[in-house]
Amino acid sequence: MPDHAAIAPAVTAPSPVPSRTPSAPAPTTAPAVNPVPRLAVERLTAWYDDTAGVRDVSLAFEANRVTALIGPSGCGKSTLLRCLNRMHELVPGTRVEGRVLLDGHDIYAPDVSPIAVRRTVGMVFQKPTPFPTMSIAENVAAGLKVGPPTSRSERDGIVERALRRAALWDEVKDRLDDSPLALSGGQQQRLCVARTIAPEPEVILLDEPTASLDPLGASRIEELVTDLKREFTVVIVTHNLQQAARVSDTTSFFYLGALIEVGPTTQVFTAPTQPQTEAYVTGRFG
Amino acid sequence: MALSPRNRKIVGAAMTGATYSAATMAIVPLVAILVMLVVRGAGSLDWNFFTRSAVPVGEAGGGFANAIVGTLLIVGVAAAIGIPIGVGAGIYLAEFGGGRVGWVVRFVADTLNGIPSILIGVFAWTLVVRPTGRFSALAGSAALACILVPIVARTTEEMVRLVPNSLREAALALGYPRWRTSLTVVARTARAGIITGCLVAISRVAGETAPLLFTALGSQYFSTNLLHPVAALPLQVYLYATGPYEEWHRQAWAGALVLILLVLLLGVLARLVTRSRHQRA
Repeated sequence: MPDHAAIAPAVTAPSPVPSRTPSAPAPTTAPAVNPVPRLAVERLTAWYDDTAGVRDVSLAFEANRVTALIGPSGCGKSTLLRCLNRMHELVPGTRVEGRVLLDGHDIYAPDVSPIAVRRTVGMVFQKPTPFPTMSIAENVAAGLKVGPPTSRSERDGIVERALRRAALWDEVKDRLDDSPLALSGGQQQRLCVARTIAPEPEVILLDEPTASLDPLGASRIEELVTDLKREFTVVIVTHNLQQAARVSDTTSFFYLGALIEVGPTTQVFTAPTQPQTEAYVTGRFG
Repeated sequence: MALSPRNRKIVGAAMTGATYSAATMAIVPLVAILVMLVVRGAGSLDWNFFTRSAVPVGEAGGGFANAIVGTLLIVGVAAAIGIPIGVGAGIYLAEFGGGRVGWVVRFVADTLNGIPSILIGVFAWTLVVRPTGRFSALAGSAALACILVPIVARTTEEMVRLVPNSLREAALALGYPRWRTSLTVVARTARAGIITGCLVAISRVAGETAPLLFTALGSQYFSTNLLHPVAALPLQVYLYATGPYEEWHRQAWAGALVLILLVLLLGVLARLVTRSRHQRA
């Protein structure tokens, strides 16, 4: 089975050094000057039958940063996210043009398996999706079953580590063999985060991860997102502008399938260069 | 047309009454059958009935052991053949059966479901009895499996369809291949429903008589040989009920009671499985 080395021969473990320190923000509208972004989208167009959900988007996602994708409903932000781990193509009638480079290698190249891509680019969905027939521990270990073989004790260690990183360990350590359905929505979502990070992906995609949670659960997820960027490259789609402002380093604004503007979050929110961006972030539409 | 409050109440009461009486009428046959069977058959249920095979007329102490074991054998083998095929087909239909092939399979399954069971018996006769040259339990199992497969396939499909798509996506996003997603996540989530469907289908075929006439044939002797004719409860009940002896009639009542208790037991099991699913979910 091809592991993620097939797509990313240069990087196996989480990269030790981010390409730049967080205090030096990226140039505003030209992310391409960044040396080697972990993930880059080049002239990507995503189709649903004859409709383009994403039109000709080029965008780079830097390592160990949180990039927020914002925009009104139907602007293509979730579609773009689903192109980054090849989930878009699961919907019948869809196709993708352009390239998505993960550490410089096109994940849409003909010899790349979508399964290997998804093991390197993990995803958390809007609604918590614990597997109801598995225990809490089995849920966290679910992704390990399709990876390289692990021993029982290794697996236990990975489960504990993943739950600690997802800030859930203290709440579930005494009931690892219980059903995840007894957990609250916010706990279920953190369980899904633990499940996503357990197989050590490089990139984590979050598709409106707090949309179905209460404010407390949402704020715990937000804290978690900030922690995650130390080890992973994080891309988050959100409807919640305050959330984007709180958790992200870079913000990209989408409208009608097109990327309108991308830049450091503070700049996009305080001094946007495009009129549509300004109208959206000041609440005049969307 | 607007009704006065008084008339509205009258109409409401009448409609409620109508649905109550319809519901009552629906369960009357079952209750009537059960009462009748218990009254006429329970008296003949003794130790011999379950442990002894049929004896020649005039001899005392014969039982239905051969028929009970025969039914368990035929139905067991039919389930072993039919359930894996039916469950597999059902998972295919729900997970991959969106295209033309799926449509054809679904249509064939529904048609097969509607074929009179006597014709299934003739089919199994052509398929097994003729080539092997003898009636056999295996032929009976083949016939029952043919009835089992479409029922199991369609209920499995319904149950698998109930699994939310978000679970499929979650598994795929972890890097699960499609087939593994279907088997380990989707089918596992639908397991209780699938088991219930299988039990219901088994209880349905356990009482089939017509398909066994040309296949298992029936027998007065105790046999567990798959390649020989065996007795079965419905066949034995039919034979004894239409026979000329008072003793046979009594035993036919008892046999029918055992058969319906067997079906009820499967129904209760199915209920228990379904309930445990709801408790988990």
